[in-house]
Amino acid sequence: MGVRVQVEPFVLADELKGFGVGSGVGAQVTFTGIVRDDGGLVRMEIEHYPAMTERAIAAMVGTATERWALADCHVVHRFGKLKPGEQIMMVATAAAHRAAAFEAAEFLMDYLKSRAPFWKKEVTSSGAAWVRSKDEDEEALGRWRPDRPVKGSAGSA
Amino acid sequence: MKVMYFAWLRERIGEPGEDVHTDAETVADLVEELRAREDRYAAAFADLSAIRVALDQELAEFDAPLAGVREVAFFPPMTGG
Repeated sequence: MGVRVQVEPFVLADELKGFGVGSGVGAQVTFTGIVRDDGGLVRMEIEHYPAMTERAIAAMVGTATERWALADCHVVHRFGKLKPGEQIMMVATAAAHRAAAFEAAEFLMDYLKSRAPFWKKEVTSSGAAWVRSKDEDEEALGRWRPDRPVKGSAGSA
Repeated sequence: MKVMYFAWLRERIGEPGEDVHTDAETVADLVEELRAREDRYAAAFADLSAIRVALDQELAEFDAPLAGVREVAFFPPMTGG
């Protein structure tokens, strides 16, 4: 169980050493986000709010752990200057069954996108621009409303 | 209290943060005071629908009271992940 925010690259295999190995674990899901080059991207610059970031992500992890009865959960998010093809972040979840592990990972991805205090700036050969948040990212949070049933939830486990 | 700015708000205002002495009762009142200061603040806070606020590192609304708050942060909608 852990949350880390860092400039340095991470090694997925190292992050997963000893992760989610408790008895009763039947599924591990990992997601890694990569800086995508949509054409002409020189680098991505990611700014964050240090006093708030780890706390905000830890709160999301707490919610996910309760809601899906996760055995383990791990989040790493980078900031600073990143080149196309570099990793931005990773989420790992472990649970008894895959439905809970997949859903909890998606929940965390959706929340990291629009509720963790990171801001991306794209630098291309023609200039730099802040990435605008998308309506669809905000709408994606709607499916995780507390009144919506979830697969493999803590309640049904 | 400490007031912080991130992303394009920081760029438009020209600094990452500052100490502000204010009697503003709510976030909205504080925004009005900042807007009245100088053009760069008025420009940065022109469209509140494009700005989010956190009080002591927790997301909040613009009508939230400032009593007891030590740190206010203004920033655009977040783009993590």
